[in-house]
Amino acid sequence: MEINYEELGLKVGLEIHQQLATKGKLFCSCSTSLASESTPKVEVSRYLRVAKSEIGEVDPAALYEMLKGRKIIYEVPRGHACLVELDEEPPHPINMEAVLITLGIVKALNAKPVDEVYVMRKIVIDGSNTSGFQRTAVVGVGGFIEDENGRVGIQTICLEEDAARKVDEGKGYVKYNLDRLGIPLVEISTAPDIKSPEQALRVAFKLGLLLRLTGKVKRGIGTIRQDLNVSIKGGSKIEIKGVSKLELIPKVIEYEVMRQLKLLEIRDELIKRGLSSEELTYVVKDVTQVFVNTKSNLVRNALSKGLKVYALPLKGFNGILKVEVQPGRRFGTELSDYAKAWGGVGGIIHSDELPAYGISAEEKLNVFKVLNLDESRDAYVLTLADDESAERALQAVFERVKNAFVGVPKETRAANPDGTTKYMRPQPGASRMYPETDIPPLRISEELLKEAEKLKPPTPDELLSRLVKEHNLPKPIAEALVRDPLIHTYLNLVESFGRSVAPHVIASTLMIHLKGLKSQGFDVSLITEEVLEKVFEGVGSGLISKDSIPEILKEYLSSKGSKSVEELVKAYAVLRREDLEKIVDEVIERNRESILAKESKAFNIVMGEVMRVVRGKIDGKIVADVVREKLSAYLKKK
Amino acid sequence: MRFKPGDRVRVVKDDVVYEGIVLPKTEFSSEDIIMLKLDNGYNVGLSVEDAQVEVLNENVVSFEFEEPSQTFFRGGGNLRISFLSTGGTIVSKVDYETGAVKPAITAAELVDMVPDFKNQVSELEVLEVYRLFSEDLTPKIWEELSFEVAKRVKSGVDGVLIAHGTDTMTYTAAALAFSLRNLPIPIVIVGAQRSSDRPSTDAVLNLKASLKVFTEAPFGEVVVSMHGHTSDEYVLIHRGVKVRKMHSSRRDAFQSINDVPLAKVVFPSMEFKLINDRYIPRARLEDFELINRFSDEVALIKFYPGFECDLIDGLIDKGYKGLVFEGTGLGHVRNACVDNIARASELGVLTVMTTQTLFGRVNLNVYSTGRRLIKAGVIPAEDMLPEVAFVKLSWLLGSYNHLSVDEIKRLFLRNLVNEINYRHEDFIYPRWYHGD
Ligand SMILES: [Zn+2]
Repeated sequence: MEINYEELGLKVGLEIHQQLATKGKLFCSCSTSLASESTPKVEVSRYLRVAKSEIGEVDPAALYEMLKGRKIIYEVPRGHACLVELDEEPPHPINMEAVLITLGIVKALNAKPVDEVYVMRKIVIDGSNTSGFQRTAVVGVGGFIEDENGRVGIQTICLEEDAARKVDEGKGYVKYNLDRLGIPLVEISTAPDIKSPEQALRVAFKLGLLLRLTGKVKRGIGTIRQDLNVSIKGGSKIEIKGVSKLELIPKVIEYEVMRQLKLLEIRDELIKRGLSSEELTYVVKDVTQVFVNTKSNLVRNALSKGLKVYALPLKGFNGILKVEVQPGRRFGTELSDYAKAWGGVGGIIHSDELPAYGISAEEKLNVFKVLNLDESRDAYVLTLADDESAERALQAVFERVKNAFVGVPKETRAANPDGTTKYMRPQPGASRMYPETDIPPLRISEELLKEAEKLKPPTPDELLSRLVKEHNLPKPIAEALVRDPLIHTYLNLVESFGRSVAPHVIASTLMIHLKGLKSQGFDVSLITEEVLEKVFEGVGSGLISKDSIPEILKEYLSSKGSKSVEELVKAYAVLRREDLEKIVDEVIERNRESILAKESKAFNIVMGEVMRVVRGKIDGKIVADVVREKLSAYLKKK
Repeated sequence: MRFKPGDRVRVVKDDVVYEGIVLPKTEFSSEDIIMLKLDNGYNVGLSVEDAQVEVLNENVVSFEFEEPSQTFFRGGGNLRISFLSTGGTIVSKVDYETGAVKPAITAAELVDMVPDFKNQVSELEVLEVYRLFSEDLTPKIWEELSFEVAKRVKSGVDGVLIAHGTDTMTYTAAALAFSLRNLPIPIVIVGAQRSSDRPSTDAVLNLKASLKVFTEAPFGEVVVSMHGHTSDEYVLIHRGVKVRKMHSSRRDAFQSINDVPLAKVVFPSMEFKLINDRYIPRARLEDFELINRFSDEVALIKFYPGFECDLIDGLIDKGYKGLVFEGTGLGHVRNACVDNIARASELGVLTVMTTQTLFGRVNLNVYSTGRRLIKAGVIPAEDMLPEVAFVKLSWLLGSYNHLSVDEIKRLFLRNLVNEINYRHEDFIYPRWYHGD
């Protein structure tokens, strides 16, 4: 189905979080590198508390855990965290290197720096900040980034501290490592000016490139995170957190649009059925007796742990819970997310999916009977839980079901790796922000702005001329490259191998050979940056000829994983000159008659045959030299 | 149009429109800056030069300060507790709307913070006695505070809690310990190294532990209840005259010096463990006594190489009646100053020697300088903390000014509230990090 996003009134905003590669952290002098497994560490345990009235944005689960008194354990890796991260020393003055980088980004995005920067505290209670809040500051506002589909506004550019890294979680505790806490992050929020999934990808790519071109940002897994907000006409603005890969952005948006459309269809269907949210009543019934002799392992296991089966009847909902709202996710899955988030239960089972999980058709029917429901019209939700968890889970499910009459409830959702999303928490009101009283305001002076000008990343045009002038790339390739996500790979590879491999070799590998293989139908996504690194390592060290790159890559893809790139590089190892000379001698000897017969064609004959043997293993120019040399010696002798 | 703090305004500057509430200026802000709280919660500072400011609504937020108050809470328990606040981190809260630091607390807020109060107290009184940073307290305030505490002790409450800034907590603890004699209940001074508006505050645990002291402690002493570890594992109940803030910011900054803490309260079991059997048992209420005059004519002087001995004469000539020295090592000052100290003694000024090593005891018999100091009339303060010796001398000179110098000297050397520990076992000295 072709979707017309413009007609749907799609609006997307992006929020990009990028770690900065500063020497020290934002509020202390600890290194911004992460600890390794072998780094010696000690553990510290804490509890957090927040008066309910002070809570803005929280996970229901985190809130519940906090109220229950969940223990938070911090691993303190030596060399990567000090008393500041431990919340045992006030923050040091803000890292000026990070401020300058941020100001450079503010300028590059045509935004305006504020005149005085105030650091704020944003309450966070999941334990990922030892203090219970994240420090964050607005540095710039009101910019834009150019795009083919029109300018996209930049609302704010903030500088903030990254959170601690979660390493473990269990009953009654959660464990974090403090190495990541305090690494400076730049947060760029765009206005909801993006109108299509492709445009979102493009803008994210442009912002990512701009950040990277500062030369001052961290790279690699987990150093950049994307959040989205997505809305369509008649739907709601949904926040989606943690899109880890750029390429996933269009899919996440498409799936969210699909979800909102499906939820609107469900709403219309409910209205058509003559149902209303007021008539829906909240009743929870213990239906364990239906399952005393069940064959379902799932239910039996739960019962043996002392849990019970609780049911929430949903009058008139037959068939609604199995409506697919995203690939592989039904309306029932949406309800299940609520049960998990609010009740901490494993999930729910609903009548639309039964019989399943070993629950028989008869048991399904018996629950209908016990609940006094009509199996052809009604539905129900089951959960396996203790009394208290079941109450919280089913209450949340019930509230969500009532919202089905509204359509799309406002939610903060988390992105799954396949591009679908799941419920995370209700959307907060305005965040509770407290001033960070331990850090004085910072005046953004003329001197600072002058200093920041030097850190401003180049524009795409400036990058283009750099590629042409400094990297000696042909203009068409350079032009294509600055518009292609592969620019990141290109810059990475030039950074690593630029001294031993000419940049144009890297550029043509990416922009000509890879594209060529793609048009031949190969899945070039298998050629990762690591694969390319291995290949250019070979070229750079003289082990293989640059001419063999296309063949190595093609063979790598053709082998479908049966040959490693290391093996292939070895197989294509360059001939030594003595070996080449031996081959040339042999070829001349074998073709002696035709050479002597047609001296003018001799070079072509020998060259052709030698190349058939050595192609890809040695530079053609060297082959030509050797052939020429050997031939003239041979002819002279004759 | 003029704007003022609390107004909602629109600022247009460099083609950018900002809307938000004007906040009061901080002392760090530049002159031309208007501080705005934007709708997204962030504060930003904008120079009003070449900016247009339009007031949208006046007085959206009020910045008036609440008056110091006395509030009560009646709970379902049987403890009568008075909570006296002097100020400090433990009672300070940042108002998220205004950004102002509010150094006050009501009974309701205290119960909200530590719900344990709800079931434990029958009556909780919360009185804001002062609103002061602890560095601004004076001997005069020790007098007033000890009077307020004594009033409550006499009325038969089960416990008095004193919220106090941490910087000078030792001084106040010692002042109360000397002036509240024969205590029938423990007096708990409690503070926080992280303010109570932070989710990570140490105040809650320190307060919870205090409640345990009232119900379980066998002692009638002035104690300090603070974290014993950087983890939220246990709170230590220190003897007020032996405790010292040993770190500028850590939660476990408070440690007993030359002594073992009286007790610890383990978290989350809340088990109360007595760990020092050298304590003063609770006295009978009728034996309780308040002796609370403090002299402000006492100085605490830290000796250093090159110390000019004339400084001593200067203080004497200014009318000081007592000088407490923080000497080097076993209790020394440069030999040249011995004559100046002898002059002080001749003029009836009391001189006391403590050590800047904090750990260990003063001993003036080992070296000749020490022996000369004894001859010059110096009182060796045993293992007393310099701050405690200072408060003790101030109290003796204030409360016993009718006594002779020799009698005060004798009193000073008497161990009144276990401020002296005559036996130091090996384990009371801390271990530091030495590699590995
Ligand atoms: Zn640090």
